[in-house]
Amino acid sequence: MSEVKFSKEHEWITLEGDVATIGITKHATEMLGDIVFAELPEKGSNVEKDGTAGVVESTKAASDVYTPVSGEVVDTNQAIVDDPSKINEDPEGSAWFFKLKMKDQSEMDSLMNKEEYDKFAKESAS
Amino acid sequence: MEIKKTSLNKLHQKNNAKFVEFAGYEMPIQYSKGVIEEHKLTRSHSGIFDVSHMGQLFIYGNESLTEELEKIFPLDLKNLKQNCSKYSFLMSEDAGIYDDLIITKIEEGYLIILNAACKDKDFEILSNLLGTKFKMNLDNNRSLIAIQGPKSVEILNSIINGVDQLNFMTGHWFDSDNKKLFVTRSGYTGEDGFEISISNDEAEKFVENLIEKGAQLIGLGARDTLRLEAGLCLYGHELDINKTPVEANLKWAISKSRLSNGGFIGSKKIMNQMHDGTSQIRVGIKPEGRLIAREKTKIFDDVDTLIGEITSGTFGPSVNGPIAMGYINKEYSKVDTKILLEVRGKKHPAIVCGLPFYKKSYVKGVN
Repeated sequence: MSEVKFSKEHEWITLEGDVATIGITKHATEMLGDIVFAELPEKGSNVEKDGTAGVVESTKAASDVYTPVSGEVVDTNQAIVDDPSKINEDPEGSAWFFKLKMKDQSEMDSLMNKEEYDKFAKESAS
Repeated sequence: MEIKKTSLNKLHQKNNAKFVEFAGYEMPIQYSKGVIEEHKLTRSHSGIFDVSHMGQLFIYGNESLTEELEKIFPLDLKNLKQNCSKYSFLMSEDAGIYDDLIITKIEEGYLIILNAACKDKDFEILSNLLGTKFKMNLDNNRSLIAIQGPKSVEILNSIINGVDQLNFMTGHWFDSDNKKLFVTRSGYTGEDGFEISISNDEAEKFVENLIEKGAQLIGLGARDTLRLEAGLCLYGHELDINKTPVEANLKWAISKSRLSNGGFIGSKKIMNQMHDGTSQIRVGIKPEGRLIAREKTKIFDDVDTLIGEITSGTFGPSVNGPIAMGYINKEYSKVDTKILLEVRGKKHPAIVCGLPFYKKSYVKGVN
């Protein structure tokens, strides 16, 4: 599995072969608060880099989930739809959102590594 | 304009509050535990809410003040006993709601608790109506602390002996450390609880004492989920100048004895609406599944007719599901009516339901 990469919209992404797994970062969940609703893209649909690919709602507000890369949705995580609190518990592990079959793996190149993202998250929070 | 801070601001910071601006004040939306846990703590134990941004209006006077206030509010104030409280409204001539409020008859006159966003305008309106005959004080030197939840009576009584003898919607002056506190048994969470009016310089110490006894600070986020579960209206959402108390399904708050003769501001419209009904009314709404329908979500029937709008919607931690309130055309307001909510361009099923979503446990008949 590839190194974890991060987007400015606070998604994380890992790559295995040509299939990317995408979720939202721990930092994002801390900003959102308790998550009570999750909506995921439909399996088989195509999503475009930086386009919306889902929604999460906290007790306070709704937020779009963006995809950091383009591709076809090959799997979604029904467990977080059934129990959205799992996203707060393990955002960067078992509470992944969806898997994409990537078209263009070079889209990964512009994303941040962990160190860069941590710095970005720290700066954007203050 | 510079953001205002309550006398508990430093204590909120010390307790890792996340702040938001609310009605010109920097207020805690949540602390480190988060909205859901704070909500559940209030329902199961005891939560402390800083509601010092709300207005505490003291109006001093005797029978002639009661007479003047009856010309304004739809209440039977002549028969309101001293230290008893009533929920009411400041209305326009068209019965539009300027504010919803709690009025308590005290020895010196009346104490009216006003919403933060409305208090200055309310003061202006009431000053114009009452003239200079009565001394009025929108008291900025006092904080207002709510303590809510089943353990609150035990905790508060250990600090202010005797509060356990108050019935719901009554209040009294108490002495604590030689300080005068006005305590009412009331609140806005659907739980038993109290609101304490205390001088600003004593507020922090008082709340620290409550925390020491086991109560915990709760933010505005949980205050909103708690009041919505209890089916209670929030000004600026369910209530505004374009809504009347009858449309808001709050006609219980209008004293029956005042409906025959009127004589309060807005009485003509209220009496007409009581007789003829209104085209829309506030109802409870339960979306199917986990869908959350926020404020301004449009409501449709099954043939695509727009029939209403959501005014508040969130996830109810104690009912463990989404809940909402909104205004809907009268013919759709019956409990169990199937409706559709348009969220992010798609229509989702929901039903009209009774309020509250969560059953209250107010204390009556202590004495």
